[in-house]
Amino acid sequence: MVISAETRARIDAAIAKYPKKRGALLPALHLVQEQTGWITPEAARELATIFDLHPIQVMEVVSFYNMFYDRPQGRHHVHVCTNLSCSLRGSRELLRQLEQHLGIEAGETTKDGRVTLGREECLGACAWAPVLRVDETYHENLDVDAAKRLVDGLE
Amino acid sequence: MQKVPFVTGYLTEHFGDDDYATLAGYRRRGGYEAARKALTEMSAEQIVELVKNAGLQGRGGAGFVTGLKWSFMPKGNDKPKYLVCNADESEPGSFKDRLLLERGPHQIIEGILIAAKATGAEKTFVYIRGEYAHPADVLERAIEECRAAGILGAKCLGSDLAHDVIVTRGAGAYICGEETGLLESLEGKKGQPRKKPPFPAQFGAFGMPTTVNNVETFSHAPHIVKNGAAWFRGFGTEKSPGATVFGVSGLVQRPGLYELPLGTRLDEIVFQHAGGPLPGRKVKGVIPGGMSMPILPVSQLDVPMASEFLRERKTLLGTGGVMVLDDTVCMVRVGCVITYFFRDESCGQCTQCREGTGWLNKIMQRIERGAGSLADLDILLDVAGKMEGQTICAFADAAAWPVQGLLRHFREDFEAHITHGKCPFPQSFEL
Repeated sequence: MVISAETRARIDAAIAKYPKKRGALLPALHLVQEQTGWITPEAARELATIFDLHPIQVMEVVSFYNMFYDRPQGRHHVHVCTNLSCSLRGSRELLRQLEQHLGIEAGETTKDGRVTLGREECLGACAWAPVLRVDETYHENLDVDAAKRLVDGLE
Repeated sequence: MQKVPFVTGYLTEHFGDDDYATLAGYRRRGGYEAARKALTEMSAEQIVELVKNAGLQGRGGAGFVTGLKWSFMPKGNDKPKYLVCNADESEPGSFKDRLLLERGPHQIIEGILIAAKATGAEKTFVYIRGEYAHPADVLERAIEECRAAGILGAKCLGSDLAHDVIVTRGAGAYICGEETGLLESLEGKKGQPRKKPPFPAQFGAFGMPTTVNNVETFSHAPHIVKNGAAWFRGFGTEKSPGATVFGVSGLVQRPGLYELPLGTRLDEIVFQHAGGPLPGRKVKGVIPGGMSMPILPVSQLDVPMASEFLRERKTLLGTGGVMVLDDTVCMVRVGCVITYFFRDESCGQCTQCREGTGWLNKIMQRIERGAGSLADLDILLDVAGKMEGQTICAFADAAAWPVQGLLRHFREDFEAHITHGKCPFPQSFEL
């Protein structure tokens, strides 16, 4: 089993909140990713069994949403918003500089598995552009140097 | 998060106070008194009438009359009924709901309780975009406080109403802000919008009668119950009553959130509240209501921010996200950013949208590179026109409108790219 007993218990608690079991599929995918970093084929099969679905029904949900991953990810996600308000305030340059700094392109992971860099659509922080998200935390009003320091500080 | 400068002040008045997000702090400022009144002294019909009379319109973009929406819910208790709070705020340029969630979670829960009484709903699902991890935590904490205090549960505030609130996190898909895409996602599926009818009031979440309202819409409800319909109509215009929280972003001196009456003029928002353009620059155009809404040129900013006036200028209020573009900005690049977004976020169900968003982006990029022709401008308008009104949901319209707006007011930018064979705006933001 890939899904740990602890994660399984949290999935069961989520299922209890919804009128139909499948309502807890997105919460369950978040929980599995919290444990394993991405949705492995084995985890998808186990989720399918838990939710009485075919594995493809789990995988099509995974592929539909940007925040679910069907391949291994870095230990940290750094996502730069490149939508309009952030682009106007220099986010494209910020992303380009981070790409050079890390030696990867948006969508790739550093060789040491530390950081997956990505571009993101509007994060809902437009007045404090440019904005990037490190895992679940927003960082607003960043300049290039501050962003590099932030990325360098990630374990 | 900064304090919100406000004129009207009823929604965001206490957002500078850190304890306002706690139950004790909210109660100290009169919180849950409106819900107590609604739950113990008013009938469901009275609440619906009150909200109808106040003229509150949904603040999620479509602007449907809230009281009317509540009245569509079937009477009787033969099936469970649900509310959904749409906290999937993803419209580029819109960021008011994040603030309302982080700073006023109890105001939302109080609004939910009032709507629950009005509609007979037993449960509310708050569907919050996956990126809003912190706002979701703040809301979860507020819900826990309410359960512990008997505000939510089997006898809400000591009344006969039983109600609970469940928070569901999305996972990064713009289309889940569309109410039936949201419902699909809430049910654990791909967020592909449903054909309507049946409307959610008949067949909503998990097949049950459901009303979907935006975060801000719920936040207005306690104030209407507390102060009455006439008070609410004291703000805003005759057809668009009340205040809203405008988000201003882009190239202005003071980007931020401003709580103002509907009908406040766009030039007042841009030049007075947000401080006007950056030093040495001039405003070129403004997107008035989130990225889906057609742009206005600087010559047309003397318009009251209410849909009945904006419609005359071929745009709409949307979510009130005001994006300001100055004279350095290349409007073809703006078109590239916008069409890329819609290409990326189309759910792929309808051909017009799936193919059309890609074509719009491809042509836009070609023009930006200097490889476009004048015929491309006709193709852009032709494609946009064939996407509009042809699909299951309004996403295709939202993708078509901004392209039409850019060509309506800034055609010369496009023509200059084509005649010069390159982008003529060296100072413009990087693409």
